[in-house]
Amino acid sequence: MVYFLIFISAIFVNNIVLSQFLGICPFLGVSKKINTALGMGAAVLFVMTLATLVTYLLQQLLNAWGLGFLQTILFILVIAALVQMIEIILKKISPSLYQALGVFLPLITTNCCLLGVAIMVASGTYKLPMGAEPGLLTGMLFAIATAIGFALALVLFAGMREQLALAKVPKAMQGTPIALLTAGLLAMAFMGFSGVV
Amino acid sequence: MKNKALNTVLNGILRENPVFALVLGMCPTLATTTSAINGMSMGLATTFVLVCSNVVISLLKNLIPDKVRIPAFIVVIATFVTMVQLLMQAYLPAIYEVLGLFIPLIVVNCIVLGRAEAFAAKNTVGLSALDGLGMGLGFTLALTLIGAVRELLGTGCVFGLNLYSETYGMLIFVLAPGAFIVLGYLMALVQKLLKK
Repeated sequence: MVYFLIFISAIFVNNIVLSQFLGICPFLGVSKKINTALGMGAAVLFVMTLATLVTYLLQQLLNAWGLGFLQTILFILVIAALVQMIEIILKKISPSLYQALGVFLPLITTNCCLLGVAIMVASGTYKLPMGAEPGLLTGMLFAIATAIGFALALVLFAGMREQLALAKVPKAMQGTPIALLTAGLLAMAFMGFSGVV
Repeated sequence: MKNKALNTVLNGILRENPVFALVLGMCPTLATTTSAINGMSMGLATTFVLVCSNVVISLLKNLIPDKVRIPAFIVVIATFVTMVQLLMQAYLPAIYEVLGLFIPLIVVNCIVLGRAEAFAAKNTVGLSALDGLGMGLGFTLALTLIGAVRELLGTGCVFGLNLYSETYGMLIFVLAPGAFIVLGYLMALVQKLLKK
């Protein structure tokens, strides 16, 4: 039950994009079409799960050696290297998956929700429902749920923007301003989930 | 020469304002502007990292091979971010507590890497420092403005100074949706003013 609540909490109540403000750049940048939004969401899910696992284990090493201050530098390098490696491996073993995720993989390095979740899980400062303790299993579930929440927000927003492209928008509001207002309304809708968990 | 230096600084503050014109660094812009003072602290922390990383990268630009320049830039930036993180933890623990995760996340702020790649890797040390300063101040101004508007609408204060009764505050502007809405309207206003 607790594990189920982790998913509800990370996907709806504390949605990474709409209430934690992580990963806004891809949220605004790659959300013009539903298909690209799905591709980006899948790529983030894939990389975030792996990156969180690797950085969590590295953090245990850093803690053991008393090198906690190296966290930021080490994590960003590990994530960048991991993204490169995943790209190379995917190209070799699953060309079809590589075709689908290919363009989005390099963009992920600078996606702040990846580094953000890695730091949150490694230092145990993420929001968990009652009764759950931070650890490797909860951390991994949290990472997967967060990535699903990211994909959900991205796909919903892409659907709204596809409609928005057909609407008549005042000149000064065109482009980013109207997208931000739409995102504000979406965030307001997600606030309805607060208190569920 | 003096004119060029002035232009470099003003460029970041007005014409190429990172938030309103380039639309870079949206995550800290939305997340840390719950009040004017929070926005300003985040802006100043980013300014410090921008100036320092621009200086070091423009000094190293001839030593770094072209192929590994992005990882090299990221290491330089991450070093300065760690410095800011440790300094703030030691001397400004209250603000560090509020900004929390967003201090280490300066590493992935697109403005910092963007300026390193677009400006510092091609220009002299002095100009790079001024470019970092201008961009940083432009970012700080934008964040302070957004923070002030959200704080005023949400709680009736600016910089903690009460302007009207708290009972009329619209809390939604301090919460997540308010960030998107305030930034959307401010950006539309800037677009409108710049057209004229």
